[in-house]
Amino acid sequence: MIEEAVRFVINIPFGFFGSEAPEWLVFVHCSLIYGGVFMMAFISVLAFGSVWAERKISAWMQARLGPMEVGKYQGCLQTIADALKLLLKEDILPAAADKPLFTIAPILVFAGSLMSYVAIPFGPNLKVADLDIGVFYILGTSAVVVVGIIIAGWSSYSKWSIYGGMRAAAQYVSYEIPTALHLLPVIIMAGSLNLIEIADEQQFFIGPVDCSFLTWNLWPWINPFATVSFIMYYIASLAETNRTPFDLAESESELVAGSHTEYSGIRWSFFFLAEYADMFVVSALGTILYLGGWHGLPIPVIGPYLAPFFFLFKVLFLMFIAIWLRWTLPRLRVDQLTYLCWKVLLPFGMVTVTGTALWQLYFYKTPVGVILGTVIAIGTIWAMIKIYRSESIPEKGKPMARRDQVAATPS
Amino acid sequence: MATKQKLRSERMLISMGPQHPSTHGVLRLMLETDGEVVEHAEPHLGYLHRCAEKIGENLTYQQFTPYTDRMDYLASMNENWAWCRAVEELTNLEIPQRGEYIRLIICELNRIASHLLALGTFGLDTGAFTPFLLAFRERETILDIFEAVCGARLTYNYVRVGGVLWDLLPNHVEMIRDFLVQFTSKLDELNDLLSENQIFVKRSANVGIITAEDAIEYGFTGVNLRASGVDWDLRRDEPYSVYPEIEFEVCLGKGIKGTVGDSWDRYYVRVQEMYECVKMILQALDQLPPGDFCGKVPKMLKAPKGREVYVRTENPRGELAFYLVGGGKNIPHRVKARAPAFVSLCPIEDLFHHMYIADLVAALGSLDVVMGQVDR
Repeated sequence: MIEEAVRFVINIPFGFFGSEAPEWLVFVHCSLIYGGVFMMAFISVLAFGSVWAERKISAWMQARLGPMEVGKYQGCLQTIADALKLLLKEDILPAAADKPLFTIAPILVFAGSLMSYVAIPFGPNLKVADLDIGVFYILGTSAVVVVGIIIAGWSSYSKWSIYGGMRAAAQYVSYEIPTALHLLPVIIMAGSLNLIEIADEQQFFIGPVDCSFLTWNLWPWINPFATVSFIMYYIASLAETNRTPFDLAESESELVAGSHTEYSGIRWSFFFLAEYADMFVVSALGTILYLGGWHGLPIPVIGPYLAPFFFLFKVLFLMFIAIWLRWTLPRLRVDQLTYLCWKVLLPFGMVTVTGTALWQLYFYKTPVGVILGTVIAIGTIWAMIKIYRSESIPEKGKPMARRDQVAATPS
Repeated sequence: MATKQKLRSERMLISMGPQHPSTHGVLRLMLETDGEVVEHAEPHLGYLHRCAEKIGENLTYQQFTPYTDRMDYLASMNENWAWCRAVEELTNLEIPQRGEYIRLIICELNRIASHLLALGTFGLDTGAFTPFLLAFRERETILDIFEAVCGARLTYNYVRVGGVLWDLLPNHVEMIRDFLVQFTSKLDELNDLLSENQIFVKRSANVGIITAEDAIEYGFTGVNLRASGVDWDLRRDEPYSVYPEIEFEVCLGKGIKGTVGDSWDRYYVRVQEMYECVKMILQALDQLPPGDFCGKVPKMLKAPKGREVYVRTENPRGELAFYLVGGGKNIPHRVKARAPAFVSLCPIEDLFHHMYIADLVAALGSLDVVMGQVDR
């Protein structure tokens, strides 16, 4: 419908010369409208919604009320009021900052997360671009965000900002690897990088009823390695989006605000928006790859029409878990963060990728596989609980070194 | 080796505070960092110095009480009590039994409030936001009780020389009882959320370990000393007021999650002490005798010239002691406060040596310093 409207409007000037608009021009305009207008509007509404939700959920967890004044219902317009305030604030450029880089950093951060939206399908036909390398593209664009954050930290000419930028560099770059590695099992299972194909591969119908919720890649009876991978992917994606317990790059109690310490007003809000936009992207990726995308609503006739809403519901549920974790957990230390990445997530990634390849060969969607997978999953969970509950003797640390007792080390 | 010589790197000097979210007020630390590791930290004090002691030498004994409120603004009742005890010792005043009990109840309540804030901000330092607000909710109830009892929420000026300002009315007793009944379950909730949290344990256990010998040599007192495993509590070992009539346990750091004297121990001793406080207040409420709440205090309170006292009181942050020299008239000749928070800051240069920035923040939070008391 939009395509026809665009063709009609573009054809008006061409009509004077009795010719027709070339097809590529129509395509470019359509993409601009889809990508620029719809996606931008969607991200704005999503960010406003999720910021409000985060405030309300955190308030609910902390026995507070949260925003209550702006808007008729529960302060629902508070975020819009805040955005207006940020727009009207004075734009401060630190005197010693590297001005071109300082200006470009928030744009890079936001553009990086905005670009990912192009590849995300919201339903079977609700998409901007049907990319054959969708997963790869999203991983690539989310890497742009890192560059922006490092530039922000560097160009601010503040020591705390440099700390934030350096932490971000170490964190994001190292967590890109486990994130990608834990997406691989699904790609092996689907044999495609196309997000729509990956989602469609998980569908399962009994008669007219969509029973895909039984065959999501997440379930151990489909592939127990993918179950592990999903959990690991979710953990790695929390680190990718800089959420607690991995928010080291902007840890308030240590680095004031990390890489965006010196930013204010609308520039700062770009970082803020990008955080929520990124959260949506990783949750959407997790939903499509592991939770069957829009499939799995067991309502016969109107099910397909509700598919995009079902997809959004799943994505928002994953986002809710991220918010829930944020307001529950303390923050990791920087060495514990890298430990988790290189010594837990990465080896498990190797195992799940290899395991999935073998599983595909012998057990995928076979009766033996269903039983075996369930047994493996239950066994793993049981072992984890056993390990967690086991009393371990705590290791001892070294007491502080007294300078009057220890010979001073040359610096 | 050749490349090593070409790549010259130097330590970064970075100023942490006085406007930093986790230096608990206006502490300023000059950090010498090598990447993420702090090689040396140098504290700069004095941003909150208000010459409280000198002011004390120009005011009458009673007039100085509100100034003690401002020293440790998180435990003002205890601070008032420490001052009043010193003055009473100096002038040989008799305090009615009911006054002593009210003091004990109110000050133990304030100890809970102070510990709650210490735990909350310690959680905040490690990145956990929710325990902070849950702790504040409980503290809020205590402040409501204080508001009902004395009319103020932060600087009370309630414990006066000779007793207390107002009586503890039956409805106040009821408020306190209502609070205590639900408080222990809320404390269990906090334990679930923070104390046993694996990430929190990993962040605080084996961090900032101070051995018993070091703690004694540095003059640590109160919770920070007990967390290092030294069994010393003024309320039991040098009892004052009506503490001998109250049963309670002295909680010690046991190194459950790591080593004795680490940040987690300091944290957990505070948690356990709050349970003890609840027990103590309940006992005191049961024993609360009738009678006067304030003794007869002359308007012109005089102390003989040259008479000196040194009175220690167990505060939430440690032993707060006042050294007083009588001046003959109604003004002391010399006032000196031994602030426990100042002593807790002393090992900073030794403690924050070769340590992650994140660990520094955690260790500093576990020491629970209040800059108002440090700088006075």
